[in-house]
Amino acid sequence: MAEKLLMKGNEVIAEAALRAGCRHYFGYPITPQTEVAHYMAKVMPKVNGTFIQAESEVAAINMVYGAAAAGARVLTSSSSPGVSLKQEGISYIAGAELPAVLVNIVRCGPGLGGIQAAQCDYFQACKGGGHGDYKNIVLAPSSVQELYELTVHAFNLADKYRMLAMILGDGMLGQMMEAVEFKDKEEIYSADKDWACTGTKMQRESNDITSIYIQPEVLEGLNRKLQAKYRQVEQNEAMVETYNCDNAEIIVTAYGTVARIIKNVIKMAENEGIRVGLIRPITLYPFPAAAYEKYAETPEAFLSVELSAGQMVEDVRLAVNGKCPVHFYGRTGGVIPSQIEILNEIKKILNK
Amino acid sequence: MFEKRINIFTGHFGSGKTEVAVNYTLRLAEAGHKAAIVDFDIINPYFRTADAKEELEKNNVRVLLPRYANTNVDIPAIPAEIYSLFQDKSYKVVLDVGGDDLGAKAVSRFKEEITGDDYEMFFVINTKRGMTDTAEKIYEMLALIEEGANVKVTKLINNSNLLGDTSPETILHGNDIISEVSEKTGLPIAITAGMEEVINGLGSFELSGSEILTMKKQIFLPWDKG
Repeated sequence: MAEKLLMKGNEVIAEAALRAGCRHYFGYPITPQTEVAHYMAKVMPKVNGTFIQAESEVAAINMVYGAAAAGARVLTSSSSPGVSLKQEGISYIAGAELPAVLVNIVRCGPGLGGIQAAQCDYFQACKGGGHGDYKNIVLAPSSVQELYELTVHAFNLADKYRMLAMILGDGMLGQMMEAVEFKDKEEIYSADKDWACTGTKMQRESNDITSIYIQPEVLEGLNRKLQAKYRQVEQNEAMVETYNCDNAEIIVTAYGTVARIIKNVIKMAENEGIRVGLIRPITLYPFPAAAYEKYAETPEAFLSVELSAGQMVEDVRLAVNGKCPVHFYGRTGGVIPSQIEILNEIKKILNK
Repeated sequence: MFEKRINIFTGHFGSGKTEVAVNYTLRLAEAGHKAAIVDFDIINPYFRTADAKEELEKNNVRVLLPRYANTNVDIPAIPAEIYSLFQDKSYKVVLDVGGDDLGAKAVSRFKEEITGDDYEMFFVINTKRGMTDTAEKIYEMLALIEEGANVKVTKLINNSNLLGDTSPETILHGNDIISEVSEKTGLPIAITAGMEEVINGLGSFELSGSEILTMKKQIFLPWDKG
């Protein structure tokens, strides 16, 4: 292992992308993710890569479409309102089955909202923010180290399934600094991109990258193919961390930085004799439903804690499938719940 | 380390300027000086001097913050009240500047006030940051920041750390690299900064004759708070 460096979340995303072989970045600055673009602007020229500050978010996502169509590993990053603007391009990328990585360092909404941390884009990321029947792979790191590992993983998954893979982190994760240990060499999924538009040299039929299909039956065929692919992703790629669940009176579920707060809450609760477990989804799509099914009848209750008004809780309820009450606690507007606040919520639910 | 009236903390973003500046200010107040700190950061949206406001004010430090620090908007305007600190010479003033050349630009706006006064411009270095982990990269950053600030750095600070993973070796390794910078530039390493537990582990190592700033964590993540 190489030596440790102290890095900011956003810097690590850029560095991880470079290590994953990405040499093309198109983006538009927006707090709290601007350091991704800043880092790429500094480094890309030194590695013969492309950095373009696009004239708009829409332009940036369409540049991503172009680079991906040519078979390149490509990254764009933004924050909530910017990702809203990109939705048309995201749907087109899904329709054309292009591999690309998009980072959303989430700030609070709706509307212009604010620059403080939030998790209010879960629906947008996981349930199709754009039009049509499509899915993105959505990864939710909770530390700077994991941000590095999952960004590399995102590039591999994107290539493996020809899908858009998204890193969904809150502003806290993008802005915070932690020590990171980089691998000497990354594991790179080597895809044979024989579908890419790389020039026929008059030696083969041309490859067409498109999402328009004239005949309804043909378009239905694409949709069936996409759905079959998504079922495969659901079967193979779910990632989850479970902690302290076996004898838990209550299982708290949270992703990203909120899960870090929960781990301290678990210690506080232990001191008061309350057994709290944690299920932390690492992939939000595919949602790790099996972990919830496994523990659905263990605790008296589930509690989903989010920096939102209640989004992931819907998937938790589906996974628990009525076998146990599922409660919700969330803060919005950029407010981060304190440990004591969450502990009090747990006590209220357990009547303690 | 408290000789000058105006003490400016510059450096690469993420070098730990805020943690150092806040701790320095607390020590300044502890030593009986009338102290003020200005959040001079026009770059960073999170983890600012504002986070330590309560602790600073409890220790009789006057805290000047941009009106919108730690709010939901990105309008890093430096408060006009700063002029009172250039006028009232009874204060020892700390300016916590934003990172890189972009953050340092805020200094150039007050060049006349600063250079006309009794000042020190510190350059905070963390050799565990990727863009300042060799002497060459540190010169590059130093030049960028001096260009942005339009004021020359006068002293270096070794703040090499990996946050919770810092060991005494981290500081010593930083000291080796920064000593090289010091020799080449003629800028002394005025301060070696570190958290209490790490500094205590340093023993009697020779640290280029610099003074030690023993720090207590003032800038927290939500899960580090009680």
